[in-house]
Amino acid sequence: MPPEPRFAPGTHVRVANRPVSGHCRTPFYLRGHRGVVLEYAGHFHNPAQLAQHRPGLPKLFLYRVRFPHLGPDGRTTQDEIEADIYEDWLESEAAA
Amino acid sequence: MSTPHHHHHDHDHDHDHDHDHDHDHAPIEDGEGPPGPFQILERALRELLIEKGVLTAEQITRQIELQEGRTPELGASVIAKAWTDPAFHAELKHDARAAVAKLGITIPDAPELIALENEEGVHHVIACTLCSCYPRMLLGVPPAWYKSKAYRSRVVRDPRGVLAEFGLTLPEETRIRVVDSTADLRYLVIPRRPAGTEGWDEARLAALVTRDSMIGTGVALAPE
Repeated sequence: MPPEPRFAPGTHVRVANRPVSGHCRTPFYLRGHRGVVLEYAGHFHNPAQLAQHRPGLPKLFLYRVRFPHLGPDGRTTQDEIEADIYEDWLESEAAA
Repeated sequence: MSTPHHHHHDHDHDHDHDHDHDHDHAPIEDGEGPPGPFQILERALRELLIEKGVLTAEQITRQIELQEGRTPELGASVIAKAWTDPAFHAELKHDARAAVAKLGITIPDAPELIALENEEGVHHVIACTLCSCYPRMLLGVPPAWYKSKAYRSRVVRDPRGVLAEFGLTLPEETRIRVVDSTADLRYLVIPRRPAGTEGWDEARLAALVTRDSMIGTGVALAPE
């Protein structure tokens, strides 16, 4: 059975906060942050592998994820950040 | 690497091709003066690819022409059509790549494209905090500031302040969504259609659609 995307729209997720060496498309400023999956966005070659001239397989599921924007005082503002995060960087999180 | 070249690129050159990386296969370079490290690297790599038969100078030139031939006017024509054609508007929001392909705008291997619409109370602004991902298929080559560390790092921390520096001060109650193109998707902002343009045709409307309004660091121009 082919793998299927794990997170449905509306799922509360947390971006993994783990050390990484080499190419990575998960920005530092979102690691460890909580967000909500907006939509599943496709199945793509693993960019960390592609950067090393490897085939990028297995492919990864990609999601559009929305995060609250934090102001200089660390509190949420009315603004939001959206970013594209691969499934291997997302953990499910109970709704706050 | 070879010695620095303190001469103009259209110098006379030696046709014996002694592999000093000084021979010009094609007038692809621009700029004058001694090349910087990345220019030297680019030239060495390009010449190797040509020597090994991977690419021809003609293919490289054609690709540069294709890239530079794409300008924000292309994106503006897409927005103007979306403002005037409800079916196209719906399709652009549903599957932007397929919608623009119907207008003849295609690039082989182009990334996924997502069109995000600004509306009353919600304003989108696009960035790529990791590098310089940009909807090149519609807007061409990104402006230098889009690739700057200042824009990339600050727009996600202080979007309101950065937009104000662009001359765009949004009402406090407008929610700003900063969209960070971190991966395989490219984003286009559909700006709000300016008031006072009822009945305008696409060509007239397209003239109001600026590059920055499609990045989200600006809004469409008001009619004069």
